[in-house]
Parts: sequence; C-alpha cells; structure tokens
Amino acid sequence: MKIIVCVKQVPDAKDVRLDPKTNTLSREGVQSIINPYDRHALEEAVRLKEKHGGTVIVLTMGPPQAAEILRESVSCGADEAVLVSDRAFAGADTLATTYTLSQAIKKIGGADLILCGKQAIDGDTAQVGPGLAVRMDIPYVTCVRRIVEANDQTFVVERLMDDGYDEVEVALPALFTVVKEINEPRLPSLKGKMKAKKLAITTLTAADIDADTAQLGLKGSPTWVVRVFAPQLKGDRTMIEGTVQEQVNQLAEKLLEWC
Amino acid sequence: MDYFLTEEQQMIVDLSRQIADELIIPQRAALDESEEFPKDILDAVAKADLFGIYIPEEYGGFGAGTFEIVLALEQFGRGCVGVATAFAASALGAFPIMISGSEDMKRKYLPEIATGAKKAAFALTEANAGSDASGIQTTAVLDGDEWVLNGTKQWITNAGEAKIYTVIAITDRSKGPRGASMFVVEDTDPGFSYGVKEKKLGIRASSTRELIFKDCRIPKDRLIGREGTGFITVMKTLDKSRPGIAILGVGLGQAALDVAVTYAKQRVQFGKPIISFQAVQHMLADMAIQLEAARALVYAAAKHIDAHPKDMSKASSMCKVFATDMAMKVTVDAVQVLGGYGYMRDYPVEKMMRDAKILQIYEGTNQIQRNVVGQELNKEYTKA
Repeated sequence: MKIIVCVKQVPDAKDVRLDPKTNTLSREGVQSIINPYDRHALEEAVRLKEKHGGTVIVLTMGPPQAAEILRESVSCGADEAVLVSDRAFAGADTLATTYTLSQAIKKIGGADLILCGKQAIDGDTAQVGPGLAVRMDIPYVTCVRRIVEANDQTFVVERLMDDGYDEVEVALPALFTVVKEINEPRLPSLKGKMKAKKLAITTLTAADIDADTAQLGLKGSPTWVVRVFAPQLKGDRTMIEGTVQEQVNQLAEKLLEWC
Repeated sequence: MDYFLTEEQQMIVDLSRQIADELIIPQRAALDESEEFPKDILDAVAKADLFGIYIPEEYGGFGAGTFEIVLALEQFGRGCVGVATAFAASALGAFPIMISGSEDMKRKYLPEIATGAKKAAFALTEANAGSDASGIQTTAVLDGDEWVLNGTKQWITNAGEAKIYTVIAITDRSKGPRGASMFVVEDTDPGFSYGVKEKKLGIRASSTRELIFKDCRIPKDRLIGREGTGFITVMKTLDKSRPGIAILGVGLGQAALDVAVTYAKQRVQFGKPIISFQAVQHMLADMAIQLEAARALVYAAAKHIDAHPKDMSKASSMCKVFATDMAMKVTVDAVQVLGGYGYMRDYPVEKMMRDAKILQIYEGTNQIQRNVVGQELNKEYTKA
C-alpha cells in the first residue's frame, strides 16, 4: 500500500506572538514544528505500513526550511520525503494549496491512501484535506478517530462526530483526515534519525509538477486577509446564586437565551 | 561546555533528551510515589532503538561504545535515576554475555536485548557477599547435561521484570576465586523464583528483589565462558559498566543544579532574588564547577575504556567515585538552596537527594572504588 501523508510546518504554539504594530504573526525566533494533527496522520500511516506493508511518503509544500519537518517525519518512520517548493507558491490560500498538492501527488504517481491531520494549528481552516480529495476526485472522510478494518480495496473507519461517531466504509484510493484520538505518536528512533540524516529529499518546483501558474500562490488565491487581530478578552461575567436547583434553572434559562 | 560530539553522538543526546523531557520528567514524581516499574517509558526507549546502542551491529545493535551509552544515560539520569537505573541494569546484565559468552550465546540473547524485547539483569550480590564477593553462597553443580543452581541473590535490579539473568555461582569452592562461574538463567527456568520487592529510600521506579534458586535446572550451554572464569567476567563487566553509574550522577547533578539556579533567580528575600547573595552564588558556583569536572572525567574515562579494553579499572573506578560523590553533594546543596521548599515533595530536589545516595553504594561502594584506584597505583609504581 502506498500512503502519502501531507504535513505542514507550523510555528510552535508555545511561543507564537502577534506583532502589535502589523497584527501579523511574528515568526522571528519562533521554533517551527510539524503540525500536531499531522503527527497523528504520520503515526497512523507508519502503523498501517508495519501491519500491511507498503511505503509511506511524506509530502509538504513550503519554503526550503520545511525539509526539516520532512526529516523529522522520516526519523519517526516515513520512508520517503517530497518537498514542493517554489517562490510561485508563496501566499497560497487553501484553494491554491490543494491545487499545488494535487499536482504534486499526480506527479509522484498518486497513492492508495492519503492521510492528513484534521487541520493545521496556525490557519485552523480544516479545508486542505477535503479540498485535496475533491481535486483528486477521490472519496474522503474527515476526523477519523479509528481505522477498524483495512485491506487493499476498502477501509472501514470511525468518523468522530459531536454526538458519537459514524462508521464509514470507503473504497480506495481515498483520503482521511485524522483527529488526535486516533493514536499516540511515537518518538523518533535512532535508526530513523540516521536514515533521515542521509535522506535525499525530492524537491519539486512549479515547473516539475506541470502547474498552471494562474492557480498558484497569491495569484491563485481568492482569499484575502484584510486584518489580523487578537480578540479583546471581555471581562463580562454573571454570577448565578441560590440553591443548586435555582442555579441550574437560571443557567438553563441563560443557555436557552443564548442559543 | 562543548565536548565536540560527532553528529551520531549528538543524535543520541537529542533523542535521549527528548525522552527525558517528554516522558520521564512528567512521570518521575508519580513513579517515585507509586514505586511502579516504568514499563511504558522503557517500551518507548526500546522503540527509539536505544537499548541497542552498545550492542554490536551483527547482533542487531547500533555498535557504539561506552561513551555513547554514557551520553544516553546522562539524559535519563537527568530525568530520573530510578528509570535510568532500570535501563542501565539491562546493559549490566548483557555485558557478561558480550564479554565472555560464546558466539551461539550472543546470537541467542543479544538481539532481543538490543531491541528491548527482553530486559536483562545482573546477579552478584548476596546477603553475605556485597563488597566481598568471595562470600558467595550460591552454588552450581553439573548434573548430566544440566547445571543445578541453589542459593539466593539479593537486591537484584530489574528482578521480576527482566527475562534474562546473568548469575554468578560457585562451581568449585576449593578453587577460591577461580571456583566461580557465570550462567544465564531465564525467567521461565524451573526452580527459579523471585523474593518480595524491596522498599527503598530512592530510585523507587526501579525494581529490586531477590532471585531464589531452588534446584534450578538449566542446560549445560548456559555457562558463560569457561568454568571458573566467573570472577574475571564480573570484574570486566563492572569496569565497563561503572562509567554508566558515574554519568547518572552527572545527569542527576545537572538536574539539581537546573532546579537550584532557576529557583534562586525567582526566590525573593530581603527585596532581592537570592541568587544576588554571594552565599548562594558561591554554592551554585561550586555545584557547577564540581559538576563540569565530573562530566569531563566521566567522558574521558568512557573514551579511555572504549580505546583501551585491557586497562579500564582505574579510570572506571575514579570516575565512579568522583561523579557520584559530586551528585550527593550537589543534590544536598540544591535542597539547601531551596530551603524549606526543597524539603517538600512538591519540589523535585528532595527526591534527587534520596536518589543520589544509592550511586555511592551500588555497583561497588565508593570505598571499594578507592581500593581499586589505590591497588592500581601500587601496581603502576611497582612496574616503573
């Protein structure tokens, strides 16, 4: 089974700051990490490989420094790494990103299964997974919390819902986005680190993936960020007093009011 | 200080540090309290390939030396000496097989120790045989194709958790030190059982129990090396393993210094952080100086041992004494810097102080190490 895992380099949420003047993310001195949800996608891919055999390829679109997270992914069990990198990709929104990724995946011969984290912790859109599946014209399941059955043709998975879960059967090739409940990602291994150090990362440019330049980067992005700001925290609060019964009644009324 | 590690050595440090920071440190207080064996942590260490660092590549290991295992143990020791001891004890149990075992024996046992699938343990100490190993009472008698073991080993680290035990027993009492031999005993061997789990001052995450042999029958080929070479194997094993204990002192000392300096910068008395007072500064400075000196000595001894396998004892004993005495002093001082808070279990330094004590005792007391250094000096100056 050939599995592609899409990973994204994001700023470590522990030390993210907004520049108060420009209201943009201050990336200076901020450590970059693999998007935490993508770690779970990678772990699931490696587990599938260990159980059923196959290859795990990690794929990212980003600047040359994004090679770091690809090496880290290989140290945690991925076999190959592909970096899609070109100045033309800069400023891409999710529409342009899914176009670029889909072209790259076609270039490397497609996959039986594509795994993504459910969303990135910086943009938080959760659009790239589903968008990529639509571009590839393959079925997708979001928020997968467990793979129940897996074989060469079909997967049965559990999709996490607000009020429980759905069990979904899906034919391959397919794309899943995963939630953190799916597994506990492993740490790197020494052999993995050695492999990652020596690894030759395949780098693909816009020309390599036969991209239509009008659909790339800022040009291909209908989304425009007008303003970024930190929401003001409001100090409003209401104290509910009385007996437990009275408090519950009042709370229920408030909640109904707000609904 | 920069010790100019190779890229591979730095990888071992980075990986071990990540395990210490992400897995060991968050759990150490709970493990100390519950006295639970850190199975999950050791499973993660196994998955990270670190059980195989020192095992030759042909037996599934990474093929590195004493220095590399020392680098990993320093980070684990910084996390928790109890957890680190459980890890180190498996190496101690494997060394006799590596040093004196036959090719078949190495092929049988080392790969599963390298993957961490099975842990090993080393069994020397008995009720009447501590520093004086000649007091060993456990016997092994050849009966047809089997050795029959009888006796009790005491305070065996990893007992009950390990699957592979390297055990010394007397095979011919009339021959004195040349009458002892080493054997591999497996967890499932008939007549082999464990005593109760000991309650300890520190390193509570490690398991310490008796090994009880009652007509324990093992195949003839479980003899490690030749009959009568048990003591030589034990001595070679300990020479190789002591830097591992020494470095636990360095890791522990570093952990204590980290807490002490951080606290001294935050704690305000008389309107100033206490680190601005010279009395505190000098304590912290002495801790840092002793710590760095110990680290340099242990690293140097480990590299010496990797390069000169026939001349290990003095370097090995010197670094064990110096680094573990340092750890005791530095942890006591860290508690002092934290004052009343340091004495409370809410802060990690009281546990560090309790953990430090064993380092001066196990794997040969520091008094015995000084004997070794003294005897080696005597030999050296006789030759000259």
